[in-house]
Amino acid sequence: MDVELHQIYKTFGTVQANIGIDLVIKGGTIQGILGENGAGKSTLMKILSGFIQADAGEIYLNGKKVTIESPSDAIRHGIGMLHQDPLDFPPMQVIDNFLIGHAGGLFPDRQKARKAFIQLCDQFGFNLRPDAYVDSLTVGERQQLEIVRLLWLGVEILILDEPTTGISAIQKSKLFSALRKLAAEGKAIIFVSHKLEDVEELCTKVAVLRRGKLVGEMTAPYDTNALVEMMFGRMINLEGKSCAEPGDPILELREVCIEDHRLRIEQVNLCIRAGEVIGMAGMEGSGQDLLLKVCAGLIHPVHGKILIKGKDRTGVSYLGLKKEGVAYMPASRLEEGLIAGLTIAEHGILADDPEGIFINRDAALSAALRRIENFSIRGKPETRVEALSGGNQQRTLLALLREPLSLLLLEHPTRGLDIESTIYIWKRLKERCNQGTSILFISPDLEEILQYSDRIIVFYSGKVSPLLETSKTNIEQLGQLIGGKGWDEVFREQEIP
Amino acid sequence: MAKDNSRLVNILFQVGAIFIALVFTTLVMFIAGAPPFRTYAELVRGALGNFKLMADVVVAWVPLLLSTSGLLITFSAGLWNIGVEGQITIGAIFTTGVLRLLQDSGLPPFLIISLSILAGMIGGALWAALAGALKTFGGVNEIFGGLGLNFVATSLTIWLIFGPWKRPGVGSMSGTQPFPESLWLPMIPGFRLSIWTVILAAIAIVIIYYLLKGTYFGLKLKAVGNNMRSAYLLGIPTWQYMMFSFILCGVFAGLAGAIQVTAVYHRLIPAISSGYGFLGLMVGMLINYQALWVVPVALFFAALNIGSIQLPIVLKLDSSLSGVIQGSMVLFVLLMDGFRRQFSIKWLRRGDGE
Repeated sequence: MDVELHQIYKTFGTVQANIGIDLVIKGGTIQGILGENGAGKSTLMKILSGFIQADAGEIYLNGKKVTIESPSDAIRHGIGMLHQDPLDFPPMQVIDNFLIGHAGGLFPDRQKARKAFIQLCDQFGFNLRPDAYVDSLTVGERQQLEIVRLLWLGVEILILDEPTTGISAIQKSKLFSALRKLAAEGKAIIFVSHKLEDVEELCTKVAVLRRGKLVGEMTAPYDTNALVEMMFGRMINLEGKSCAEPGDPILELREVCIEDHRLRIEQVNLCIRAGEVIGMAGMEGSGQDLLLKVCAGLIHPVHGKILIKGKDRTGVSYLGLKKEGVAYMPASRLEEGLIAGLTIAEHGILADDPEGIFINRDAALSAALRRIENFSIRGKPETRVEALSGGNQQRTLLALLREPLSLLLLEHPTRGLDIESTIYIWKRLKERCNQGTSILFISPDLEEILQYSDRIIVFYSGKVSPLLETSKTNIEQLGQLIGGKGWDEVFREQEIP
Repeated sequence: MAKDNSRLVNILFQVGAIFIALVFTTLVMFIAGAPPFRTYAELVRGALGNFKLMADVVVAWVPLLLSTSGLLITFSAGLWNIGVEGQITIGAIFTTGVLRLLQDSGLPPFLIISLSILAGMIGGALWAALAGALKTFGGVNEIFGGLGLNFVATSLTIWLIFGPWKRPGVGSMSGTQPFPESLWLPMIPGFRLSIWTVILAAIAIVIIYYLLKGTYFGLKLKAVGNNMRSAYLLGIPTWQYMMFSFILCGVFAGLAGAIQVTAVYHRLIPAISSGYGFLGLMVGMLINYQALWVVPVALFFAALNIGSIQLPIVLKLDSSLSGVIQGSMVLFVLLMDGFRRQFSIKWLRRGDGE
């Protein structure tokens, strides 16, 4: 089936997620959708699969205009989406999951379903037992289950969102061969990814999104450098860095190994000195957030040692590290950073944690006014944080960081801020560095990383690069590393000196 | 400008909710075959007809106010302390226990009563701590834990009344042997009301008001209740605060139980909590957790309870009618609040589009 997206627009608050996107996907092709985080890939796919509705624009299937109002509507039109986190029911059996969503009245025909299930699995070489419980499956197997389920529902257009995250190499090649088979049957496959490697290997055609716009399309064979440039844009000139001479080691990681349900990061060795700024590059979920949380004491490494100012602090809790001057600023502002329902002044009180029993309203008010002025927050002390715009919430978060600090861990420190505010915020952060604070930050913006870091670490699917000197790298190299290319050279270069 | 508008809208929605609740109750009366106007009149007369009745309203108001005050703490921390009923009951059991233990000790009655009330507060706190520990350490949702503990508390009461603490001769549903009058909180002559209970209630509500509004503790509790994750990242030890809010709520609930024994029933009866815990939950929801509103709303609910006692005699109606009014009021206020939110979201969106 052919899909045509015509002039799709979608806005969330002040963020334009999709701006006039036109895209044609023919049946029988594997269409790659590339773009960094926040480029608008997921929004576009959610619109196509009925999770959200576009503000404007049309969708045509085989030339016929359709409106898709819900995911089940999308399924009826033959569009199915495989989500990054499998949307299945872990306490249930594989076969029951397979049946879910299938029209079949009150009493499903299990025998028929079982037959169809086994047949589909055989066709793609999937090794799934119908009676197994879903929580015993790996992420890759759960994906396979979801794929056969969607196919049984008669899906003609299959959307896969970051399907190669968290699955093994064998499962990946199985997945790819299944997708090629499906394309050969005339189905349209849409493969959303930030992994250049996978996209180049699999896709017949690629569309690149950046900041909500479709910036270019390309067919195989691909020019990797051109793709990177499309994804991240051209370099802006870099200003010189003025940073204090790095001092004593503040944070040391020794052979740290971290694990969560989808990633395993091995053997991280790292030493950050006082006054240094380290940028962490990588697509969301490549492991940088895990490492930052480990440094904050929010999760504990499987093994390895963490030293703060030369003292072993492995296993110390977040609150314990906070007392020693380690601060962590999370990326999701209203979920993890701020408390909806409380005012700016109240946040200030909580962050300052003053002595005593009764709240000193006058002191809190003046502290809040000082913060508002220092960080030019557009709000009043009595403004509730949920009423602030995203950028002002971000400033509030930054304003809540205590002084002095020895280590500052920042997730997306300037998200939602305009250029001037970004420059201003970094000026303030650099002042802290001059006083000896070290900064470790995550940013999706390579320009920001190159501009403000002294050294850079790149993450790719749990792989961690050595510390790269900012002066010796560039946006092309970082872009390739983020996409999973050029890793061997990095490790080799590191060994030579 | 926008703020004034939204406040007006809020009030409109709330008045509307109460109006709908009254319409609904009237409808129920029609279905039950009761003359609505007479029924309402009887309700008012039953609560305010004479000073004795008014005093009875206050007698019901005190424990309701205390349990609601306690619940405001757990509500602030984002917890649904359904177990408050059991906490009142255990408070009453502890009070009765100490009174029984000391009634022949020869200590001055004032001391015995004070100790027994203190014991009630400790009992309530322990029972609440149990629900809190189940939640923090066992991962049992406080609603389920509390509900289970309520049943245990009730069973414990029945066992005590028919077992170890039974009246000389034979146990009876009417409760344990009443205590001598010297062990009652002093009553106002001619009334069932003890002024001491009113004083305790007044102290409680003042404490709660300042605790929630004016202290760092209250602010941190609110932070935990509104967003536990953010609160933790801002440096608040969240589980300790949740635990502490349970214990504090238990203290107030235990005090309510102690007053039921020392000032109202003067013995342990099977339904010693009189449902004030659940009613307190309703009051808490109705006032949207604003401490100052506890005073009038709890008084109103107490008046409904007392006013409906007469209904079976005068109109052959069941006294559960007061529950219909209370329940429908909470329901419609919450419902209208939901509508208001949807309404204001749409309204805001339209504002954005322009």
